[in-house]
Order: sequence, then structure tokens, then C-alpha cells
Amino acid sequence: MIDTMFIGLSLSSILLLVALGLAITYGAMGVINMAHGEMVMLGAYTAVLSRIWLDANIVMAIPIAFVVTAIVGLVIERVIVRRLYGRLLDTLLATWGVAILIQQAIRLEFGLSFFGIHVEGLGPGLQNVPVPAALQGTFHLAGVEINTYRAFIIVVTAALAAVTWLLLQRTSIGMQVRAIIRNPKMAAACGVDVARVNALTFAFGSGLAGIAGVMMSGFKTVFPDMGTPMVVDGFLVVVVGGVGSLLGSVLSAGLLGEINSVVAALKNDTIARAVIFGVVILIIVVKPKGLFSFRGR
Amino acid sequence: MSFNRRDFLKTAAITSAAIASPSVIRQAFAADPIKVGALYSQTGGLSIVEKLLASAVQMAVSEINAAGGVLGRKVEVIVEDGASDPKTFNEKASKLVIQDRVATVFGCHTSASRKAVLPIFERRNAMLVYQTHYEGFECSRNVVYSGAVPNQQLGKYIPWIAKTLGKKKFFIVGSDYVYPREMAKVSKKLIEAAGAQWTGDEYLELGHSEWASMVKKIKDSGADVVLSNVVGDSIIAFYREFKNQGLSQATIPICATVTSEIEIAAMGPEYAAGSYTSFPYFMSIDTPANKKFIDDFRKFTKDPKAVTYHSLEAAYFQVFLWKQAIEKSGQVTADGIRDGIRGQTYDAPGGKVKIDADNLHCWLTPRVGQWQPDGQSKVVDAWPEPIKPLAYSAYGETESDLFCTAKGLETAKLK
Repeated sequence: MIDTMFIGLSLSSILLLVALGLAITYGAMGVINMAHGEMVMLGAYTAVLSRIWLDANIVMAIPIAFVVTAIVGLVIERVIVRRLYGRLLDTLLATWGVAILIQQAIRLEFGLSFFGIHVEGLGPGLQNVPVPAALQGTFHLAGVEINTYRAFIIVVTAALAAVTWLLLQRTSIGMQVRAIIRNPKMAAACGVDVARVNALTFAFGSGLAGIAGVMMSGFKTVFPDMGTPMVVDGFLVVVVGGVGSLLGSVLSAGLLGEINSVVAALKNDTIARAVIFGVVILIIVVKPKGLFSFRGR
Repeated sequence: MSFNRRDFLKTAAITSAAIASPSVIRQAFAADPIKVGALYSQTGGLSIVEKLLASAVQMAVSEINAAGGVLGRKVEVIVEDGASDPKTFNEKASKLVIQDRVATVFGCHTSASRKAVLPIFERRNAMLVYQTHYEGFECSRNVVYSGAVPNQQLGKYIPWIAKTLGKKKFFIVGSDYVYPREMAKVSKKLIEAAGAQWTGDEYLELGHSEWASMVKKIKDSGADVVLSNVVGDSIIAFYREFKNQGLSQATIPICATVTSEIEIAAMGPEYAAGSYTSFPYFMSIDTPANKKFIDDFRKFTKDPKAVTYHSLEAAYFQVFLWKQAIEKSGQVTADGIRDGIRGQTYDAPGGKVKIDADNLHCWLTPRVGQWQPDGQSKVVDAWPEPIKPLAYSAYGETESDLFCTAKGLETAKLK
């Protein structure tokens, strides 16, 4: 039973890791960012390339990936998303287009493959990110055998969630972000530079996705399509948790992860997946704004 | 720019002469080339694997052309893109067969794409030459199958696991679609016949990469060996999770039917070291013919690290079998190829192969490879000779009781 709960916790942490960035971009800015999965993918490729070019291991790749994907996110916000605020469906289509562009850029090695140049670590194939021996295998804690890499993911996710919470609750820019979540126009009227704060928020959300990508690269497959299924799970978590609520995302990730693990242990993963979707539909029907949402005024 | 009537006539005359002349020259010096299709995904998710298969076919064709062609005629490959989508495969197959009028198409990789193009080949009487190991349960007069069927991958493998490795409790795991499910059907018969038992038969969605619950189930099941029919990128997450949950290939080895050199390289060889795969061909087969094949393929694709694997080898040698079939029958038609290819043998990079006279599948040598820490396999067991392909072994087909013969499928026996 403890094993099952641990697996559930691990699934939750992975869901939250991907959803954390989305909770911010979707929650704070009202942008349905379909390119979020591609940010995860870029993070994973950053881990691949920093191993090849800088000989950096997976832990050292975390800050590098954060910076790289945050810059990419900033560029996307400045060039595309900025023009689409308040047009929810347009952001969906535009960022979906961006997602396809990023995928193909990786697959075609930024166009270099047309000239017969091959960049190692890019291209359509599967990539390998080695994991340090210390993070492989298991360790024992209170008589339970615990998967080291999954424990590592849980720690990183908890740290990121704590940092995000501190940024939102304890800094002045976080206060501005919260003001924008409640009411962007009113925030602007009070002197908040909405455009600048939005750009930084989007960059931060993308950076978190990049870290998620590094973590995924350690036990999932790195290839250009890897981000697509993850963004679906990410949206499930955010929608169930309540748009704009960090605590909601944490709890909904915990709920969905544990349900998945328990059902998978009792029956199998396919049914667990179906049950998850059933639960999500039920929650949206009963509480359309999610479990924890701000009451709009 | 003015363009009067005289200029127009002049230009037209020159152009038509230019268009006409190459065909005149060609007719004067050599017969028309034999056109064949190569229908693989050049784009989309499956293009990673299928592009390599297309390269193998093209390499074989270029070698045949360099050696004088077939019946003195050059072979010309028309490459079409199936775009990882069965519907596109169907459209492109129609284009090749109806518009380009080719008698042979080398192509398809997934069973879904093969099933999608099959009606076109049967209705128009053209030949599809298909290289991938698949689940069997097919008996078409219009397909030559050069890859393995379940009895060639499992028939010697499971008794070997039970006897040589001494394993008695199998856990069968696969991706959720037709191939792993048919493989599991054959496996269960063989496991019971070998005096062992199976403790689990579980599936995970295709492309799923969250293995925590499944690996825990394997751990709790008390199984002493895992039979894996998992395909694609799920394989990597599976082997990694297996090690990360503290399971060891030394005590509970994963015995796979699909895991090839490509996936091993992507997961990191340390995760797979000690596990097994059953294939008729491995890159590590230590013969001059195979070394030459690997070198040639690396030169042909300009990729010094390119890996070769079972389907790739089959994609290559099937072109030579096709050539011999035409040379035997003297006809470049579907009927000529079908008659000519029955019983045709060839010395492939991995050893001798032969097209079965009854069911147009390929006689292949079952081999078991154990993955080493360097990402290559060591062939730890090989059958002394190629064995007969039986596409219906899951339904009771045996060598003395054939379901699929040159006359077609005896449907009464399937009951």
C-alpha cells in the first residue's frame, strides 16, 4: 500500500511539474499555451545538448534549461502572444502553430539538415540522456524500497512549487501578478506595467517547463513529439485545480496522481486513464471553475 | 517582351525535340527501366524508422543497378511518402499501382499501413514486398513477407527461456494493439507446452511512458522472467523504470521481441545489459557479409554511426529475392514475381534466407541476443538453420497441418 501511495505521489509530482508553468501562463495570463509541451521538449533537448557540448550532467542541465526556455518563452510572448491577449481561442491556435514550428525546428535541426549538416543530439531520432549512477536504482527508507530518481523528481517539484509560491506571495512582482490574475484592467489602472509583468510571467512559466523537460529526459524518451501528450495532462491539472490557483494545481495533481496509481494497482493503467478522465469530467460538470477558484466580482 | 507566332513555333519545335530526344536515345541504347515503388513514411512519427528502411531498399537497388540491373534493365525507384498515416499509405499505393503502373512496391512498416494498402494490391494484382516482423494471421497472394512471424520469434525462444535460463513464471507485457496481443496468444501456448506458467498478461497504451504501476505489478507477481512485446518509445521508459525500481536483469531478465539496437542506444545500454531479444538478425553477427553490409549502409546513408537491425536487413535482402524471382520467371508482372519467388533462396547479411513456396513468407534463423554494456548484442543461442514461417501458429497451424498454402487460406481450419 505504501508502495502504491509512493507511486501516486511520484505521478502527482510529474503532473505538477508540467502543470506548474501552465498554471502560471494559463492562470495568470489567460493564454492557452499549446506550446507548453514543446517548452518541456526544449528543456529535454537542452539536457541532451549540454551533455554533448558542455559535458554537463542532468543536475547541471537544470539551470541551463531554465534560462534557455525562459528566453524562448520571452521571445514567443514578445512576438506573438502579446498581440493576442483577451482572445483566448486565438492564443490556442497561434501557440499550437508555434508548437509545430518548434517541433519541426528540432526535427530538421533548425534547417541545417537541408544543407547536409548533422547536429548531434538533434534530428527526428530518439535521444539518450544518461542519469548519474547515484540517481539510478533504489534506496531504503523506513523499511520501504524507494525509487531514487522518482524521489529526486518529488524533491525538485516541491522545491519549484515552494519557490513559485514565495515569488507570488512574498515579492512585489508576485503581488503584481496576483493583481493581474484578479483583474488586469484594474491592475493597469493602479499603475502595474501589465505588459512587462506578463512578459516576465510567461518567461518564468516557460522556464519551469524547461526544468520539467530536464527531469523527464532522465526516465522518458527524448524525441520531438514528446511534449504533446504532456500538455494535455497539464491542462487537466490546471482546469481541475481552478484557473489561477497554485494551491489548486498542487492538490489536483495530488488527487489525479493518487487516483491513477490506486486504479492502476487494482485494475490496470488503461482503466486508470479512463477513470481519470471520468473524474475530471465530473469535477468540471459539478464545479465548472475547478476545485479552488477565485470568485469573480 | 513580344512573342510572335514564328517565335512560338520555333520554341515549340525546339522544346518538343528536347522532350522527345531522351526517350529516343534510351530506346536506342537500352530497354526501359523497371519501375518499383518504395512506400515508407518520410515524415511524421514513424519516419525515424521507415526512412532507414527506404534507404536500405535504395541501397539494394543501387547495388543491383551497378551490377547490370535485372534482365539487363535498370531498376528505377519511385519513392512515395506514407506520412505515418494509413490513409496516406492507401492513397500513395493507389498512385504507384494505378498511375505509375509499377508491379512491385517495397514498403509499409506498421500492420495498420499494410492492412490499409492490401486491397489495392489484391484488386489490381500487384505485389507488395514487406520486411517487418509482424503478428501473422495473413495469407495474401499479393504480399511477400520477408520479416519474421510469431513462430520464428517465439517458437524456439520460449522453450529456450524455460530450459536454458530455467525460468518458470512468465509475465507477459505489451503495448495495446494487435501485434503484442497476437504474440501473447502464441506465447501462452508455448509457455504451457514448455511446462511453465504465466502470471500476468498486461498491456499499456501505445506510446505510454509511465511504467511505475506496471513494473510494481511485475515485482509483486512473483514472475521470474518478463516477456516484453512493448514497442516504440515506450520501451525506453520501461527498461529505465525496471532498473529504477530495483529489479535486476540478472534475476528477472526482460526477454523482448521488439527491442532492437535503436532503442538500446536511446535508453542507455546500462539499463538493458543482461536482457534478451529474439530476432533473426543482429548487428553483432560476426560474418564478413554482415560487416560489409554495415559498412555499405553507413557509407550509403553518410552516417558513420548508423545501426542495422532485423527489419533493415530484411528490407535490403528482399530486393535481391525479388530480382531473382524476375530472372527466374522472365516476367516483370505480379504473376511472374509470385511464381518466380516461391522457393527462392539468398545469402543475406545475416545468413541464408528462403521464400516459402506455400505462404510467401520467409524462412529465417531464430537467434537470441543478450544485450551487453556496450549496447551491442551477443548471440547466445542460434538455431542451426532457417525455420519455416507459419503465419497462423496462434491458431494451431503446424508444419504438417498448413492453413496458408499456395492455393490460399483454408478458412475452415481457423474454427
